[in-house]
Amino acid sequence: MSDVKVPTGAEKIVQCLEREGVEIIFGLSGGAAIPIFDALVGSKIKLILVRHEQGAMHMADGYARATGRPGVALVTSGPGATNTVTGLLTSHMDSAPVVVICGQQVTSVLGKDAFQEADVTGISYPIVKHSYLLKHGGDIPRVMREAFHIASTGRPGPVLVDVPKDVSSGPCTAPFTDEVDLPGYTVPGRGDPEAIAEAARLLSESKRPILYVGQGAVISDAGKAITSLAEKLRAPVVNTLLGKGAVDETHPLNLGMLGMHGTAYANLATQDCDLILGIGARWDDRVTSDPAHFCVGAKKIHVDIDPSEFNKVIQCDLSICGDARLVIEDLVPLVDMLDTEPWLKQVERWRKKYPLKVQKQGGLHAQYVQSRFDHLSEGRPILTVDVGQHQMWAAQFCRTRSNRHWLTSGGAGTMGYGWPAAIGAKFARPDEEVWAIVGDGGFQMTLAELATAAVHDLNVKVLIINNNYLGMVRQWQELFYDNRLSGVDLEGNPDFVKLAEAYGVKGMRIKRVADVDRKLREALDYRDGPLVVVAEVVKEGNVFPMIPSGGPSSAMLIEPPRTQLEKPRGST
Amino acid sequence: MAAPEILPAPVAAPEQHTLSLYVNNKPGVLVRVSLVFARRGYNIDSLVVSPAAHGDFSRITITCSGDRPTLTQIILQLAKLVDVVHAVDHTGDAAYETEIALVKLESQLGERTQVLQVAEHYGAKVVDYGPESLMLRVYGSSDKLDAFIELLRPYGLLELVRSGKIVMARGLEDT
Repeated sequence: MSDVKVPTGAEKIVQCLEREGVEIIFGLSGGAAIPIFDALVGSKIKLILVRHEQGAMHMADGYARATGRPGVALVTSGPGATNTVTGLLTSHMDSAPVVVICGQQVTSVLGKDAFQEADVTGISYPIVKHSYLLKHGGDIPRVMREAFHIASTGRPGPVLVDVPKDVSSGPCTAPFTDEVDLPGYTVPGRGDPEAIAEAARLLSESKRPILYVGQGAVISDAGKAITSLAEKLRAPVVNTLLGKGAVDETHPLNLGMLGMHGTAYANLATQDCDLILGIGARWDDRVTSDPAHFCVGAKKIHVDIDPSEFNKVIQCDLSICGDARLVIEDLVPLVDMLDTEPWLKQVERWRKKYPLKVQKQGGLHAQYVQSRFDHLSEGRPILTVDVGQHQMWAAQFCRTRSNRHWLTSGGAGTMGYGWPAAIGAKFARPDEEVWAIVGDGGFQMTLAELATAAVHDLNVKVLIINNNYLGMVRQWQELFYDNRLSGVDLEGNPDFVKLAEAYGVKGMRIKRVADVDRKLREALDYRDGPLVVVAEVVKEGNVFPMIPSGGPSSAMLIEPPRTQLEKPRGST
Repeated sequence: MAAPEILPAPVAAPEQHTLSLYVNNKPGVLVRVSLVFARRGYNIDSLVVSPAAHGDFSRITITCSGDRPTLTQIILQLAKLVDVVHAVDHTGDAAYETEIALVKLESQLGERTQVLQVAEHYGAKVVDYGPESLMLRVYGSSDKLDAFIELLRPYGLLELVRSGKIVMARGLEDT
């Protein structure tokens, strides 16, 4: 036995990661994490060196959302760890399974303001599903097993593991474990049969039902079951920003996204329904706006894996706790076709009367570029979309056809998410076409990851919708603040094509309507490494429809308003 | 143009609630629990933490004020924490509740008769009988302690330490 080398804590951590099936880690090294980086030498796990820890987090998140498997980030202590905070919030708000391993100062100096010491476990508490300060080497196998179990089961989320350097450097003799013993943690599965039967009964009485589909449907892969349910009931479907792709958005029953910038017909149908069935959606303020005026008089049913979402925003008539796919699969056999003919006709009248508008005159409009992108790409690519106006246009015009093909920061609204998430998604799904759609503002927050894509010759692409503004805020200032522009003009933007070239990445520019199809085709066919496509769009385009926040959906602006509007009263 | 309007906070009658949590006996658990309150700007009125019968777990008893829908949300979010095994609102149920208080009074030897009468009436015990001060220990319902303390206030109340309410479910029911 004496010739058997006792692994270090770091080696044990890497072995645990291998046992969890981790193929890739997105990391940025630093003093406190050196033992773990050292243990990765010779491991079959691929280490991707990023340029900023926020990039590592969004890559791990993109990897996770593209596959459903936990993404892993590895960073050092202090600033390395605090740079993960935005990424933790992003993954936490959108229920993405991410495991973050942070190096930490040695245990003997914790609490003494040592070099690069930050209480990252403490910092993480409000924005993680769980976190660990791994103070004893003997706990490594248990903590690593628990971290992956917690991150990836139930309602997924980020888990942070903080590893002091003496623990990673010291010996670890503890055996591997496959068991988890977490008395405070339960994973709901099937729903209560009585509640599901009650849902079927409520549905049977409905003349104007609507299915409201969110991220939980994506996570549990409930799309097929929901499509069956919609077809069997003949009920229209609306999805949230994050629910895009659970049910094919080109399906005739799908009305696209609802909410603040949703399609007019999705919002009109939601507002007029007599029963709304929420599936893995949390009645977010972007959707419900003014909860007191949301679906007034309609029966409301909520299917969710997280009971703390029940009756949080909207009081529902029936709540069913369980995995969205399992609940809907149990519900489908209990329902019969409804007489929704007049309802579907009404919905189609709305769809015809209030289509999404694309302007082809008066310069190059973002909506035009994105609607052509949708048409030419036929919805094949995985899209990772940043935050702002371009995100809402992408949500409207880029119809998501399949599950896990739409990745965006919804809950947190994290600018800078799109580009690194694309890199993570491409590493996860190398055979898929992966595109980031970003704005000029958000792209500049994480563009250093151009180097990461270039180094790995990754065939991942980014479409920059460049209006040289922080456009969404500019839109609010125009509509609600007398057009007093403040802190939104991005003068000093770089030439993004030259910038790409500086990283050794091919850059393309689209300036004219006439060039859009040709250049997008060329870009879609491009196979030699990363690609940056900059669409120089009109500066002052606005996103419509728009429900001013906190207002009832009857206040929806389908066209630009002619008069100055009151400041919205709801959430930001 | 109208001045920006600030939405009034939703009006709901605040009530006092007593929550009991069964949690892992580990560092950081108390912070995670208190953050669920703090993120809403909610104050915890009293908090008692101690090891449970099984040493791997602790009991936390929290009293706080708030409207029922918000408290219901808080309990669900507490229960969601990985380190919280269960969270129960004992408000209005028949659980046994008690609290202990220590009271220090400035009191000269010759002027104590009335204080000692009050103490006797409330079943309080004198635990420190000094030449210029008295320390009394009293336990019982929080309402009883409130009344006791108010009665003593005019007699030179120097210090007050209350344990916070503890609660246990009756019969074989889980706390």
